[in-house]
Amino acid sequence: MSYEWTRKRLLLLAIGIVLLIAWILAYRWDSGQTTAVASRTVRAAAPLMLGALCGVIGERSGVFNIGIEGQMLFAAFTGFMAASYSGSLLVGMAAGLVGAMVLGLFLAWTAVTLKMDQIIAGTVINIFALGATTFYYVQGRTMPAFPEWSVPGLSELPLVGKMLFQHGPLTFLALVAPFIVYVALFKTRWGLRTRAVGEHPGAADAVGVNVIKKRYINLIIAAALAGFAGLHLLQSASAFNRGMTNGAGFIALAVMIIGRWHPFGAFAGALLFGFFIALQSQLQFNQALDIPPQFFGMIPYVLTIVVLAVAGLNARPPAAGGQVYEKEG
Amino acid sequence: MGRDQNDEGSGHARPSGFAAVALGRLRPATIPLLAVVLGVILGAVLMVSVGANPFDAYGAMLEGALGGNDQFGRTLEKATPLVMGGLAVAFAFKAGLFNIGGQGQLLLGASFAAWAGFTFDMPAIIHIPFALLVGGLAAALLGGLVGYLKAYRGTHEVISTIMLNFVAANLTDWLASLDGPWGDPVATNPSRLARTPLVNGSAEIPHVGGLPLGFLVAVAAAIVCWWLLERTTTGFEIRTVGANRHAAKYAGIRVARVTILAMAISAFLAGVGGSIETLGVVGRFEPGFNAGLGFDGITIALLARTNPLAVVPAALLLGGMDAGASLMQARTSVEPEIISIIQAFILFFVAAPIAVRWILRRRAGDDEPLQLTTGWGG
Repeated sequence: MSYEWTRKRLLLLAIGIVLLIAWILAYRWDSGQTTAVASRTVRAAAPLMLGALCGVIGERSGVFNIGIEGQMLFAAFTGFMAASYSGSLLVGMAAGLVGAMVLGLFLAWTAVTLKMDQIIAGTVINIFALGATTFYYVQGRTMPAFPEWSVPGLSELPLVGKMLFQHGPLTFLALVAPFIVYVALFKTRWGLRTRAVGEHPGAADAVGVNVIKKRYINLIIAAALAGFAGLHLLQSASAFNRGMTNGAGFIALAVMIIGRWHPFGAFAGALLFGFFIALQSQLQFNQALDIPPQFFGMIPYVLTIVVLAVAGLNARPPAAGGQVYEKEG
Repeated sequence: MGRDQNDEGSGHARPSGFAAVALGRLRPATIPLLAVVLGVILGAVLMVSVGANPFDAYGAMLEGALGGNDQFGRTLEKATPLVMGGLAVAFAFKAGLFNIGGQGQLLLGASFAAWAGFTFDMPAIIHIPFALLVGGLAAALLGGLVGYLKAYRGTHEVISTIMLNFVAANLTDWLASLDGPWGDPVATNPSRLARTPLVNGSAEIPHVGGLPLGFLVAVAAAIVCWWLLERTTTGFEIRTVGANRHAAKYAGIRVARVTILAMAISAFLAGVGGSIETLGVVGRFEPGFNAGLGFDGITIALLARTNPLAVVPAALLLGGMDAGASLMQARTSVEPEIISIIQAFILFFVAAPIAVRWILRRRAGDDEPLQLTTGWGG
């Protein structure tokens, strides 16, 4: 990040200003709808953000995780069942996190210890989670609803009030998570070592970092983020449905790549996808335009491909991603 | 991109064929067979965990899959798209590509075959191949795009195929919706479902003596794939690219062209699978049918160790489980989803020979690891 860095920053800044102006104009034109879309954008983006961060930590440590979808689904399931039987939301959330982390441990075991192909390992997780959550699902159960928090005062602000300061607890968590992960990855010893393990495990090993242990721990931490993403789906739906992730874990992967394996990139990418999801449901709700909703449904995916096709050649994942680490000597 | 050293492990050509299999060279089948056995045993444990008797459950499953002509026909019907999906994944593997987009390609094939089926009127002998071809080519275009993006833009095929799965799902959803261009008109669709009209009789794939003809098409496709890969120059080029793209390039093979071709053929196979399902089983296209088939293709291709001929028995196994699941549920109230858990176990064991070897304390050496991941950046 040197020669083109300033130019890129200016470009991003320009895009940001254009978007901000468009948003303010939209708000002046129809404040009700704009607020609804903005608020829904954040809600739709939150699980994608958390899922993408799960992918970021995994890949920064050198392990691809296409099992995010399965980890999210499994967390939603274990969280729902535990909350339902115990009647406590906290117990449910703990169970959801544990569920996801068990699958994170599984990914570490298969990809790091068994040296299985990482894409297949993730696929095993996805198939298993879809099957298991349907097989053990008990119909007709309910769970306690998540509370909705609004920050006093701030949530009354025009433009950003509802969007940033009135949400369920997990949405707030998702909004701060990218900053936490950023600091952890780039400003701490843990982060430096993690990135070393992902870029050049041999060198990390040579200076005394335990590559295997690092990957195990990081994959479990990452899975907890996927767990929060799954629980966020529960927060929105207040119940478990078969296959309720509906591809969100895969979209999170796309968000991660568009965001170039960076927490802030994941933040922006998730908001982009969230915006199109929100726009789609708002337009469907209004029936304002005579465009089939499926076309709006397509936009984020087409956009991802276009972005990857245009930027793909210089989007560089961590160098050791996907490779089995064999200790020398 | 600093990850090139990984490419060497991704392809693995093992000379094999009719004669080799007939001669009883079954050694490559050891791991897959053990994987199936272990998967079935773990499945039994799960059945016990919900209070069912695994012998009763598997017995009912077996009866539902093979108990009579109807049941066997159903197994073949279920196995047909699985053969095609498995071939699609296996074919791409040979070129070092991971086609995870079987689902989208299948949907595209199924919907376009439906269109060709209800729009035209021709003699069956022309209509059926024509509709299959339309479905296959629609999917092949999508696959070709994936290959192009991989070859010229460096977009990893796992990501682009996942994205295109969603695009294809939305597109076919719209095509077959009530207001969509191919929607079933209200006159023949009083409950206003999202679906296309029924295909004309001349496009329906018939049963021949109780055997669904579509299954024979799938078996023929498997043989053609094997022949193409093992006995033609194109196949040699595809396998060389899969084994080592850099060596292939050095040897004068046009890697980009081969990548696009292999991906297009792979998608074509999945598309024909969807077409057979439309023309031979469902009779029309309904959005959202056969969800999860893309994943089944992965399991089958790996179970077959990417050998096109071995895809057929692997697909029959999973197709049989699928066909027998409803009788199992009726008799023992074990949910049919158990088969996808068993499938996950099988996939795990087949992809982790180390685990099987460890369980059996077998000697190392006669099984190659499956390594596909070559990085998102290409």
